[in-house]
Amino acid sequence: MKQFFTLTALLMLCLVSPLTISNSFAGDVPFEFSSPEEQERFKKLTEELRCLVCQNQSLADSHAELAQDLRNEVYREMKAGNSNEEIIRYLVDRYGDFVLYRPPLKGTTYLLWFGPFMFLVIGALIAFLLLRKKPVREITEEERQRATELLRDTPQEEGKKS
Amino acid sequence: MIRKLVPLLLFIVLAVFLGIGLTLNPREVPSPLIDKPLPGFSLSKVKQADQTFASTDLKGQVSLLNVWASWCVACRVEHPVLVKLARSGQANIYGLNYKDKREDALRWLEYYDDPYQYSGFDNLGKTGIDLGVYGVPETFVIDKQGVIRYKHIGPITDEVFAEKIRPIIQQLEAAPQ
Repeated sequence: MKQFFTLTALLMLCLVSPLTISNSFAGDVPFEFSSPEEQERFKKLTEELRCLVCQNQSLADSHAELAQDLRNEVYREMKAGNSNEEIIRYLVDRYGDFVLYRPPLKGTTYLLWFGPFMFLVIGALIAFLLLRKKPVREITEEERQRATELLRDTPQEEGKKS
Repeated sequence: MIRKLVPLLLFIVLAVFLGIGLTLNPREVPSPLIDKPLPGFSLSKVKQADQTFASTDLKGQVSLLNVWASWCVACRVEHPVLVKLARSGQANIYGLNYKDKREDALRWLEYYDDPYQYSGFDNLGKTGIDLGVYGVPETFVIDKQGVIRYKHIGPITDEVFAEKIRPIIQQLEAAPQ
């Protein structure tokens, strides 16, 4: 019973703590930009980078504390005159390709980049094989007669029914 | 006969792939720092604020660098394990106190005991970023040359230590200086 209460208390703590953290640290520290272009560049860059804490959010969106810190780093690097490539390399060196929403093309990512096209080709191939298999043959005279009869009979039968 | 087996085979292939997917943990991001030298840092120690903890201090021995914080609930879970490992001499543990307040960190070490040789005070989280820290607790295994050999994300349990970390430590201990 005591364990149950401890567990419940811990679970409630889990529910509460992210809120308190985001309230006190929400990414509201304003950045100052010397031009709208610079601001746009910062926005583009942080949207390309993934937050490691909430993995489906970009650095631009995330309110995680680490995301705020990394935004600060990106801002600092930008102000220091570093290029986008240099800033991205700074983060990739520390967190790996995972921080990139668009992973680079290399040995380990071939399947990721070309997999969908591979499946498309396989699907097209299967569809082609299945559809092609229907054999087309001339109908015999006997069948033709039967078909004609059936077609002739149909309206009458329908007429009888109604 | 074979045609009828096709859906079954497709199902098995799909089930195997989904099964593998279930066993993977998307929270565990592989670190690009494995087999690279520990990034340089120089921090003040948590307990002796006037002394420095430099990355080069870790050369010459196999050590664990454990990233912890007083606000981290999972750190509390792993803490008794670290204390036990340090007391029994199974591991040289150094701490990186990440984004914490010094008085909170000191109170934590006082209250829960201190398994660390010493801890570096990284209140701004800058060293944390250099180490690619994204979820506390994290633990790095560092070899005698000061190279990172392994990174564990999340709390260290007895099982994690016995199955993953101890074999690596033993292997690195056996390696020549």
